[in-house]
Amino acid sequence: MQPFDYIVPHNFAEASALLMAGNDDTRPLLGGTDLLIRVRGGFIRPERIIDLKQLPGMCDIVRSAEGWLVIGAACTMNQVAGHPLVRQEYELLAQACESVASYQLRNRATVGGNCCNASPAADSAPALYCLEAVMEAYGPSGVRRIPIHEFFTGPRCNALRPGEFLTGIHLPPVPSRSAGAFNKLGRTKIGDISIVSVAVWAEAGSRKLEAGGQSKHPERVDGATRTAADGQSKDAERLTWRIAIGAAGPTPLRAPEAEAALAEDASPEGVARAAQLAAEAARPIDDIRASAAYRRGMVAVLARRGVNSVLARLGAAPSVVGGQP
Amino acid sequence: MNHTIHFTVNGEPFTLSVASHHTLLQVLREQLVLTGVKNGCEAGECGACTVLMNGEPVNSCLVLAPEADGATIVTVEGLAHDSQLDPLQEAFVAAGATQCGFCTPGILINSRALLDRNPDPTDAEIRAALVGNLCRCTGYIRIIDAVKAAAHAQREVQP
Ligand SMILES: Cc1cc2nc3c(=O)[nH]c(=O)nc-3n(C[C@H](O)[C@H](O)[C@H](O)COP(=O)(O)OP(=O)(O)OC[C@H]3O[C@@H](n4cnc5c(N)ncnc54)[C@H](O)[C@@H]3O)c2cc1C
Ligand code: FES
Ligand code: FES
Repeated sequence: MQPFDYIVPHNFAEASALLMAGNDDTRPLLGGTDLLIRVRGGFIRPERIIDLKQLPGMCDIVRSAEGWLVIGAACTMNQVAGHPLVRQEYELLAQACESVASYQLRNRATVGGNCCNASPAADSAPALYCLEAVMEAYGPSGVRRIPIHEFFTGPRCNALRPGEFLTGIHLPPVPSRSAGAFNKLGRTKIGDISIVSVAVWAEAGSRKLEAGGQSKHPERVDGATRTAADGQSKDAERLTWRIAIGAAGPTPLRAPEAEAALAEDASPEGVARAAQLAAEAARPIDDIRASAAYRRGMVAVLARRGVNSVLARLGAAPSVVGGQP
Repeated sequence: MNHTIHFTVNGEPFTLSVASHHTLLQVLREQLVLTGVKNGCEAGECGACTVLMNGEPVNSCLVLAPEADGATIVTVEGLAHDSQLDPLQEAFVAAGATQCGFCTPGILINSRALLDRNPDPTDAEIRAALVGNLCRCTGYIRIIDAVKAAAHAQREVQP
């Protein structure tokens, strides 16, 4: 590798000042599984690498006073996937983290690095889009919070400003009745980078929509789900759906039309229609890994699988929904 | 620039001066001459460079040398004790799980970590755990057999 210096900053302000002073000559490091590949390939030639892992809180997963889950930017994929709170409440994220590369690599690769690298194929991203994560950054103007869908701005581009770095990923609390599914396609069944991926999430109620008074129509779902519903009235349960697509656009993408359609109709026909709407939301390109047409077709397949598996999880055992793989 | 690091490798403490841009893989092979650690791809793909870092397997080609400061490292050279092979090594010999041997050190280390966290893995769990270790010779079947045999032998000794 091209020579560079390695610096461990003592505090946030020093880290930010080093990054600010260095421009593109200075790069932040977490697990290095993207950065070092790019240095070795000669794509970038940093003079200084700033290892942010030892800053306070960067490797911690904690529940905030407001009930949010705060994941330090330097938490590894294995650490996140194995954390009891993630497994119980945000199991969708555990599925996504567990799908990355190999066990060894997941001991180094971090969720923060995955997002900062901003590959459209970043596997943690569709799950974080579904969970409506908020990214926390520290920089010259202090702490800034950025919703995940504004954090990814293009292939390999994120919303961080000069001197800013990611410190944590904040997940809003989720209702106990919720479930998610992450499906990805690679060249091999497990361990390969995504050709295309889809994350699906559903939760009881409509947290944000209710305020706007949009949730008019009672949910129509298949029999299994309805009998498993909370039981106030036959069609009392309204699910909020979120679908996010990876590696089929310049950034990960939500599929709002598909989400709205599912909230109205999650019958088998409704699921098929929503899967089609998800495929229409994709903006794939042809590249060495697959054609745009294949990717679009597979978005529909993965969306359908994801929705069906979420319905099964919500229907089969409501008391442990979100708790068991 | 050089950094002084203190770390433990196969039970022995070392203080070394390492270059910032060198990897743990380079330090182990070139400075400590632990050539059981293999350089296959230097890109995190093949697993030949796998070592235990604080008890967990990592690709040493993607760890910077200064990042190893304070760490405890185990390489394949550290698996045997008092000329007694690790049960995994015995099982690999018995099953014929090695041909050219290039992938073997990384697979032994990664399998050691697997059996440490899961003493009775299923076939699927072994395959999933070893997905980051490529072997161009054996076709993997005997490797999986060997890991299972070692797990079995280990449970016999310490149920
Ligand atoms: C063999 C192999 C297989 C892989 N397979 C997958 C896969 O299946 N799925 C997948 O999604 N990814 C995969 N990756 C890519 C990579 O492992 C992940 O993106 C990983 O999560 C990156 O995290 P990291 O901590 O290693 O990031 P790093 O390499 O440390 O950093 C990534 C980028 O973000 C910048 N950065 C780091 N920290 C910060 C910060 N705090 N603030 C701002 N910028 C920062 C760095 O300068 C760099 O540009 C694979 C990589 C390899 C080598
Ligand atoms: S040499 Fe490190 S993974 Fe191939
Ligand atoms: S034995 Fe030759 S690569 Fe595995």
